[in-house]
Parts: sequence; structure tokens; C-alpha cells
Amino acid sequence: MSDLPIKVPGTSPVTPDTPATTATPTNRLEKKLAELATQGRKALIPFIVAGDPDLRTSQAIARTILHSGADILEIGVPFSDPSADGPTIMAADARALAHGTSIVDAFHLVRELRAETQKPILFLLYYNTVVQMGLDLFFATCRDVGVDGIIVPDLPLEEQDEVGPIADSHDVIITRMVSPLSGPRLSELTVNGRGFVYCVAALGVTGERSELSADLSTFEMAVRAVSPIPRALGFGISTPDQVRELAAGWDGIIVGSAIVRRIGEGHAAGLNAQQLADQLGIYVSSLREALDEGTLAALQGG
Amino acid sequence: MNPAQNTPATSKPGRFGPYGGRYAAETLMPALLELEKAYKEAMADPSFIADYQRLLRDYAGRPSLFYHAERLSSELGTHVYLKREDLNHTGAHKINNVLGQVLLARRMGKKRLIAETGAGQHGVATATAAALFGLTCTVFMGAEDMERQALNVYRMELLGATVTKVTSGTATLKDATSEAMREWTRRADDTYYVIGSVMGPHPYPTIVRDFQRIIGDEIREQCQATYGRLPTALIACVGGGSNAMGTFYPFIDEPTVRLIGAEAAGEGIDTPRHAATMAYGKPGVFHGMHSLFLQDQTGQIAPVYSISAGLDYPGIGPEHAWLQHTGRAEYAAITDLEAVEAFAWLARQEGIIPAIESSHALALLRKMAGEFKPDDIVVVTLSGRGDKDVAAIQAYQQDHGLLLTDNREE
Repeated sequence: MSDLPIKVPGTSPVTPDTPATTATPTNRLEKKLAELATQGRKALIPFIVAGDPDLRTSQAIARTILHSGADILEIGVPFSDPSADGPTIMAADARALAHGTSIVDAFHLVRELRAETQKPILFLLYYNTVVQMGLDLFFATCRDVGVDGIIVPDLPLEEQDEVGPIADSHDVIITRMVSPLSGPRLSELTVNGRGFVYCVAALGVTGERSELSADLSTFEMAVRAVSPIPRALGFGISTPDQVRELAAGWDGIIVGSAIVRRIGEGHAAGLNAQQLADQLGIYVSSLREALDEGTLAALQGG
Repeated sequence: MNPAQNTPATSKPGRFGPYGGRYAAETLMPALLELEKAYKEAMADPSFIADYQRLLRDYAGRPSLFYHAERLSSELGTHVYLKREDLNHTGAHKINNVLGQVLLARRMGKKRLIAETGAGQHGVATATAAALFGLTCTVFMGAEDMERQALNVYRMELLGATVTKVTSGTATLKDATSEAMREWTRRADDTYYVIGSVMGPHPYPTIVRDFQRIIGDEIREQCQATYGRLPTALIACVGGGSNAMGTFYPFIDEPTVRLIGAEAAGEGIDTPRHAATMAYGKPGVFHGMHSLFLQDQTGQIAPVYSISAGLDYPGIGPEHAWLQHTGRAEYAAITDLEAVEAFAWLARQEGIIPAIESSHALALLRKMAGEFKPDDIVVVTLSGRGDKDVAAIQAYQQDHGLLLTDNREE
């Protein structure tokens, strides 16, 4: 399953002569995406919050998730007022902040994980966290510790004039985001993008949704038509069935709230770090399996 | 009305020096761009301006009075004028901005309004305009503020609005604003978000300022008509800063006019329980804007406190941050106690019960009185009336053993 020989239709925009990826990439995220494209595989991108429910447990969960089929790990840096997030991730941020988890702890967590993994690690954070640390110090630390890219919901492309070149100089990717409402903005938002473009599947904040938008295939085709980089879908995806179904159209799948909810419930039920990690490992494995099945089915169907 | 006039040097649209900007989720960017375009077109359309001015006159009751407070004047030894925004329909300056934005919402074909509210005045104004225009309306309000301002909650419900209780974070204006933004993200296609202050992502700080500048424009005209000269100083309270921005804006290019903002010192700036953003805030990015915020070293937004739900906010509109930065305006912090005393002082001296927010501006006038000469003209913007605060002030008086209601006859 891990070695599909043929390129999957739909990953064609990632061609070797795409300007952003002409040279052999040095960034782990770009390397991983190129490798997956060559293998005809899709990226599974789980999300956890640093320090949720505590640092030691989130480290155990991260490690297990990375061994359970995750290609890329997205780590949320907790913020007091996460305005793009729904109740599940708000609660996780509050759990992490209750014992003072800071950006320093999040970097420490990545440093520890780097002792055993070279898979790409991204931060999801709000821009004030970057601003308060100082742009130069923040991106230098990302590079030093091994954070390959960041996702910043409140930093639109229009506000990246100052921060973009600094991130580039440290080879840290600022992930572009697009939504079903981006419409005519899609091509300017994806051109010169690096890594993957984060496609917001549903309007509103993060959170599980039992049914995804019926217009997802329209959105998928619109992004595919313009994006020179792989497309990862996030917001609202929670079940293996959804993942299996989405595998055909997208290059990567991001699962956040569904994981974070399980961490919150397991913690509330009194599970210890290892039990929580094991439980999350089983869940992420099921997502992996679904993603690979969906990818294969699309190949055979096509 | 010319929105471009007086705009400070900016590097990009929506910037006030380094402050401002549009730090919004991509899901909201198309809606913000659509709003900016619709706003520019509306402001260039004489029929839109005429509709707005007619509503201000016939519905809100403008121009508001420029009242010579003679007893305050003789006590303080200078000419004190009150700009009576408390006499507007719905009892505060908030209606000026809401009427403009709701006209804009109608022009854009939006059927549903959402708003955040702290003291409830902006929520009431939005619920009022929604009723007037036949639009549905949901107001987000912190649980703590719903308790402090129960009367305004009921007013909004009477007007047909849904009040959604926000329990996250500190359950105050900051959290109500975050929740309104979340809701807008869900429904940006059919929903217009009526922001109540000169804050948030561009173009809101500009829109709200332009719809509030009527306060300063009238002061200018009324002062000229009475004295044939400009006022010496303007004093207004600042939470997000909309009544102050509306008061100051037409005078920014008049260097002889002092612009003075009163922010909330809560229980004192030497305690952690205050909302003195101008004194203690650091530059940062939150709620869509680059401005000053009360926050910790790593950028977590601080829990803030003021007796006044309308000033209980950890940030400030970006144009105020710039006015302070350049030294064009000055800001001072007023404690709960000083504001409560000024509340009682105005009631007793002039027969006017001011909002607890506006009482911060009155308290600052009282503290600064020694700086003004007999010929000076000092204008305080009375942003709202105090009926909504009476119960809270009564409780404060009892808790703190104050004597605010001694009767002179006895």
C-alpha cells in the first residue's frame, strides 16, 4: 500500500518543472510532498495542540501519531482567543494554557520529536504569537528546531509583505489558505506558494461536521485548475469514511478537531499519557487505511 | 463628508502609520473586500449620503445639543460644554454608526445583521436599526455583561433581536467580538457584521470613524456659531474608541485643539484589574488589526477589567494608537471610583445622568480642570445616558460605602 507505483490523476500540477520546486527541495515539507507525489500517495496531516492536556502527554501522542501513518504533523500553539477555531480546539487551547504552555514549550516539543523523526512538522498559530516573539527570532528558531512551515489563520497574503521574505530567508513556509469563497482570488493566492495550499472545506470555524459541503467537488476543481502546488483539505473532516471518499480529489487531508476531541474526552475519562497515545494511534491508523484505500480505489476506478 | 480628508500618512490602505491593516481569515477576505468596495461606492453616491443624513436628522434626532454646562463651568473656572450624544435615539452615539452601516448592508442586499456588544448600547442600536429596516439581527454579548446590563438585553429582545450569550474567555466584549467574527465566518455570504467601534480589520476602523465624525463636525460648527472660534480641548472616553474618534477626527489638522482620551483604569493601574491599553498596551495583532493590546510577553491577550462594560476591552482602535504614537492626542486613565464620583457629580450639578463610560471623560475633565483658563472652551462628549448603569452604580456605592445620594435639604 505504501508503494503505489503510478502517479494518481489529480496530482498533476506537481510537476518537476514547477518553478517553486525546480531545485531539489531542502525543506522537509516540500521533500515529503514530492516523495508522496512520486509514489502516488496522499498526505495524512493530523493536528494536535501543544501542551494538551499537558506537555508530556502531547509529546507521547505526537510520537504515536507519527508512527501510525501520519505524513505531516500539524501542532497548534495555544492562544487565548483563537478566533478561527470552534469550541473543540478552543477548549484544547484553554487546557494547554491552564498550565502555561507557551511558544517556547511548543518549540521544545518539536526539538524532542526531531530526535526521532524527519517528517515535516508545521505550527498552527495566531499571528500575535509570531509578532511578540519577533519575526527574526521566531523564524530562526523554527529553522533551528525543525519547524518546516506555519499556518496562520489571521495572516492573509495581503499582510505578508514584511514577514514573507523573513520566513523565506529561514526556509520556513507560510502556508497559503484558500476557501470556497476565494473565487477569483484563487490564482493569486496559490501562485508562488510553497508546500501545500490549505483548502478550507467548510465556512466557519474549525470543528467536526457530520456532512461536508455538497459543493466540495466544484471547489476541488477550481483549486486544481490554478494551483501549482498540492492541495490539502481541512476543516470538518472527522471520519474514515469521509477520508476514503476525499482521497481521490485531494493531495492531502487534514484532521484536527476529531483528534483533539478524542484527547479531551480521554483526558476527562482519566486515561494516562500512554493510554491516550495508544487510543489516538488506533484512530490515526484507521484514517491512514481509509486514505490509502480511497487512493487505490480512485486509481482502479480511473 | 469627505473621508479622505485628514487621513494620516499611511503606507497602505487601512493603515494609520504602522497600525491597522486587515489580519483576517481567508474565509472573510472576500467579504471584507466586498465591503470596502461597496463602502467606497456608497460614500461617492449623493443619494446614499442624503439617506444617511435624513436618518440622522429624522430618526436619531441630530444635530445633538451643544450644551453649556454653567454650573460645571463656574465650579471649574472654564467654559465647559457637553456634546449631548446621550440625547440621540437609543441613548448613545452608537446609533450614528449603526444607521450608516445598516444603510450600507441594505445597499449590499444583506438580510441579516450580527453585532457584538459590551455595555449593550451598540447592540440596542443595531437591534433598533434592524427593526427599522426589517432585517433579522443577532447580537453577541458576554455572559458577564448580560448580567451587568440586563436592561439592555431586554431592550434588544423587545426590538426583535436574538441575544446570544458568550461564555468563553472572560465572557465580556473581547469574547463577544471573537464570537461575532466566528459567526461571520460561517455566514459571510448573507450576513452583514455591524462592528460597533473603530476597530477590527480594514475597512471597519475607517467606516466607523466616518459615520461617527458627525459628532466632531457638529461640535466644530456649533462652537464656531457660539464663539467664532475652535474649542481649546476635546475630551472623550475610549474603549475601542468610536465616540472619541468621531469627536477628534475633524480637528486632527487643527494643532491648537487638544485631543484628550479617557481610558479605564478599573481598580487602578497599579493593580492587574484595569483596561488601560494606551498606557500599558504593547503593539500586536488581534481582532483583525495591528494596534496596542494588553497582553503577556508571549502575546496571550490579558483579561481586563473596568466597571464599565463598554470600556472593558484589551485593545484600542488603530487610529488612536497612531494619534498617541505621533503625540497628536493624549490619553489618561480613570479609575472606577473616579468615574462613579463623576457620574454622581454630573447628576447633582447639571441634572444629567451620564453613562458610566462617559463618566470617565467627565472625571478626566475634573482632574485636568487646573490646566484650563477662564476663556478656554472645553468640550466633553457625553457619549451616552446612564439609565442602564443606575443599578450597577447603586450596588457599587453600597459595596464601597460611598455617599453619593446625600440630600442637600436635610
